[in-house]
Amino acid sequence: MDLDLAPTGKPGELLPTVASGPRSVSWWGMALLIATEATLFALLIASYWYLRYRNGPVWPPNGIKAPELKLPLIMTAILWSSSAPVHFADRGIRKGNQRRLRLGLLVGFLLGLTFLLLQVVAEYPHVLKVSPPSSGVYGTLFFSLTGLHGAHVLVGLLISVWVQVRAWRGAFDEHRHVSVQNFAMYWHFVDTVWLFVLATIYLAPHV
Amino acid sequence: MTGLWWSMLAVSIVVIVFVTVMGGWGIVKGRRRREEDIERNVPWGDRFILISGIGVTGAILVAFFLVSLRAMSTLARARPSNLEITITGHDWWWEARYPNGAVTANEIHIPAGERVHVDLRSADVIHSLWVPELAPKIDLIPGRANEMWIQADHPGQYRGQCAEYCGLQHAHMIFFVVADTPADFQTWMKDMAAPAPDPSTALAVQGQQVFLSNTCIGCHAIRGTPAAGQLGPDLTHMATRSTIGAGTVPLSPQTLEQWILAPDQIKPGVTMPPTALTGEQVRALVAYLLTLGFEQPS
Amino acid sequence: MTTLAEPLEELWSEEPGLGTWLSTVDHKRLAKKYLYTALAFLILGGIEASIMRLQLAHSNLKLLDPETFNQLFTMHGITMVFLFSVPVFSGFGVYMIPLMIGTREMAFPRLNAFTYWGFLAAGLFMYSSFLIGRAPDAGWFNYTPLADKPFAGGVNIDFYALGLIFLGISTTGTAINFLTTILKMRAPGMTLNRMPIFVWGELAMQVSLLFAQPALTLATVMLMLQRHWHWHFFDPGAGGDNLLWQHLFWIFGHPLVYIIVLPGLGILATILPTFARRPMVGYTWVVLAEMATAFIGFGVWVHHMFATDLPAMSISFISLTSFLVAIPSGIQVFAWLATLVTGKTILKTPMLFVLGFILIFVIGGVSGVMAASVPFDQATTDSYFVVAHFHYIMAGVAIFPVLAAIYYWGPKIWGRMLHEGWGKVSFWLVFVGFNLAFFPMHILGLLGMPRRTYTYQSGLGWDSYNLVETIGTFIMGIGILISFVNWAWSVRHGERAGNDPWKSETLEWATSSPPPDYDFETIPEVRSLHPTWDQPELKDGAQPPDQGGRPLAEGHRVLATSMLDATPEAIVDMPHESLWPFFLVVGLTVFFYGALVRIAIVAAVGGIATAISVLGWIWPRGQTQEM
Repeated sequence: MDLDLAPTGKPGELLPTVASGPRSVSWWGMALLIATEATLFALLIASYWYLRYRNGPVWPPNGIKAPELKLPLIMTAILWSSSAPVHFADRGIRKGNQRRLRLGLLVGFLLGLTFLLLQVVAEYPHVLKVSPPSSGVYGTLFFSLTGLHGAHVLVGLLISVWVQVRAWRGAFDEHRHVSVQNFAMYWHFVDTVWLFVLATIYLAPHV
Repeated sequence: MTGLWWSMLAVSIVVIVFVTVMGGWGIVKGRRRREEDIERNVPWGDRFILISGIGVTGAILVAFFLVSLRAMSTLARARPSNLEITITGHDWWWEARYPNGAVTANEIHIPAGERVHVDLRSADVIHSLWVPELAPKIDLIPGRANEMWIQADHPGQYRGQCAEYCGLQHAHMIFFVVADTPADFQTWMKDMAAPAPDPSTALAVQGQQVFLSNTCIGCHAIRGTPAAGQLGPDLTHMATRSTIGAGTVPLSPQTLEQWILAPDQIKPGVTMPPTALTGEQVRALVAYLLTLGFEQPS
Repeated sequence: MTTLAEPLEELWSEEPGLGTWLSTVDHKRLAKKYLYTALAFLILGGIEASIMRLQLAHSNLKLLDPETFNQLFTMHGITMVFLFSVPVFSGFGVYMIPLMIGTREMAFPRLNAFTYWGFLAAGLFMYSSFLIGRAPDAGWFNYTPLADKPFAGGVNIDFYALGLIFLGISTTGTAINFLTTILKMRAPGMTLNRMPIFVWGELAMQVSLLFAQPALTLATVMLMLQRHWHWHFFDPGAGGDNLLWQHLFWIFGHPLVYIIVLPGLGILATILPTFARRPMVGYTWVVLAEMATAFIGFGVWVHHMFATDLPAMSISFISLTSFLVAIPSGIQVFAWLATLVTGKTILKTPMLFVLGFILIFVIGGVSGVMAASVPFDQATTDSYFVVAHFHYIMAGVAIFPVLAAIYYWGPKIWGRMLHEGWGKVSFWLVFVGFNLAFFPMHILGLLGMPRRTYTYQSGLGWDSYNLVETIGTFIMGIGILISFVNWAWSVRHGERAGNDPWKSETLEWATSSPPPDYDFETIPEVRSLHPTWDQPELKDGAQPPDQGGRPLAEGHRVLATSMLDATPEAIVDMPHESLWPFFLVVGLTVFFYGALVRIAIVAAVGGIATAISVLGWIWPRGQTQEM
């Protein structure tokens, strides 16, 4: 498969009907979506800091202990390492390498799924015992920020499934792969946001 | 402050007139022009836009900003005041507490010519204290300790109204700031802190009984009696106030009777429920309440 | 020049009928839906205003009980801002932007359909609250704690929050669609500095929406979580803060007003040069001013909170930015004046509305400058003075440029001229009525009348001003109705419009009125900021290929070009009609009603329908470069 060059009707001019990266309109769609979602996170994090400082110097308040770091740091390692196989898959398909594409996406998916499961099955029940959202502003903010991030991870996993199904059915090649790029962009975005969630929710109370 | 207003108004009028005149002149001049004679390039265009749009406009705006800052700092300068009162906003009335234990509602006395520090609190939703003739408005926000200063240069009665939408009867959350001479104010504050006068007529005594044995005491306080409800306005000296329902209607035997029996006829949605009383009971109660003025020195 | 009309018509036409009424992805058909729906909401908002004005015509009237009044003023604000102003400018954009930039479609046609149906559904969702007498009643900015339980125990506020979350999804989609279209699909040669000011205005609007909408979404989701699941964001007892709601709301709400004003000013910048018979003086400054307004507009939100006793330093800084944001507006006014002075003014109806608006904008602008002064604002905020200010700007921009656009672009959209004589009658009634309705409000505010009050006491000197305002409202309403009747009549019986009845400079006038389904027979190559004035070969939208025109007639396709210089980069295949966007909106509607009534099974059904619709939408069908 090639770029599917087609005439525009202007004498002698042929243009590709397949595009990727900033030449593709769908890439722009994803980039703009990321911009608006990034703003959503920025505002939630700003709200967190606003409420934290409205509540005075002691944080967490009401005798709640600062969050334990072991599990979150493990989760962090898992999530951030998932960016590598996704990047591997993205670069791979740009060279037409189907194996790298399929393998990279799969490994990335499994790592992302592990992150989410750890959050929901291990981290959340632990925190719910001590400070559920209805117990006060600390619990509310904990679950808001991690929950919003987790929801974005879940959406990312769903997109990954879709892209993988299409990959296995041979939809992508060295020219046709903007969906893989878009997914990779989104996934790296979600991983980047985690840095701020980690710093705000988990690291800052220890400082 | 008034200098700020008049200068902003004057500049605004000049701007409006300038735009109208220049626009109008352009239209009139243009009518006679032929389309072919129009020059695309307007050499003075950029300069005109930048000088008037950025230069002149910017200078005027920065000047307004600086004058406003000056006014703000004048208003904010360390405000020593001898009197601090706490005003709490409720749906839809104003509670005022004084340092000597005086408690009243909707009619806030201050000494004329003196700066008064007001602590602003809310018992429910956000309200805003606005007495236009005396002060800018500051909100009463639950969970926040806001404050403002009021000063009335001359004695008089100044009307105020809640200025932050607070629900059904936001339109009838009216109050009065009454500026007394400093001497009169001291007397007022002392009298307001004193317990309610005892009823002297038989009807009033009966009325006090009606009050103390009905639901009234669940919400209202009359200091000097067992009634100590905190949900509604303090009634200890309610007869000194000129309105009921936070300025909704003037105080009179008729309005008071209707207010007791069916307050939501006067102020739909009011928190106070109707009170089921017989005609005789309510007349006695009204008679009692209207005795709740200040004890006259004998 | 061989005629490509037939093959292009084949490729681009949609079968008439109910099917494509629901499944259309044609930007012109969707734009008309946007316009009709937005104007219907204008009428509803106007009715709400008129009923309120009757109640306020005199002191102590008892036409309305307070609850009804409170629902009316809340819904009036929501309707005019969210359901009329923003969508009407989006609607004009959806119609005109592809034409003005020389392409055939928006970048994402199915998303376009989705955002329209989502707008309609969210609007109907909110209005369905009236059917059970539970319309939102805490004001359009819905402050806590009034908007929280126990003060707002009923579903009124749930209609508000869920409705706005729903609408926000649509709005975000619109922003993404517009920005991609404007940045990637301009005709070859239309560099950024050859882009019409109207397109810049829409660009500024949609960029602002992209970054402002999340603040409102966040606030409303937080409110729902607090109301129903007892989370704690705003309640001080549990560590929350009521001002968090205000901050988040106004971080959205202030840019929102520029979101509404900037495309209106863009319309003005399209019509003014046409009827001054010359290009806009200072094009570059006007464009920079629009973008600067959008940007600075994100830095002034605290001026809605000057009365909340925030620290003096933050308030002073915001006062400064609030003053400075007037500078770009001033720049534009002076550019308009320079254009008038060096042109030849043709006083047709669109121009009358534009001229009237300039005066109204300046009056609204100076009262806004006054409001930037903290001590002045603390005296006048929450009074009728500020009601006067924002109606001069917001109602001004929502009425005058919009009516101007109906007269100006009506011939392009429906192929018929509107009646000029009745247009002038409408203008004068609207102009006089508007000023009678809103000018006295400045005075009432200075006299101490607070806003959002369902009645007022007698003896305060407020009665006569209120009566004048009520009369003015009705005069203005009649004026607006005359324009609507004019439009309805002219669509059938008006004089047929040629391609370019006003002899305008922008590309939409190069093609027929109304345009064919494929908009342009050839995608033009643009070599001027005023293509229709400077490039006669653009006639009939069929620039010959040897002069740059690209027929692109081998498929249902458009051209993608580079962001800055609009050099051709790729050919993009466009999707055909699809019912999935509509079904997706149906699924979302069911979900939101389920959330409203708190019945999980309903929400789940809606969620599943949503998921199925998304799948159906993205399922590869060989029409586009698939996702």
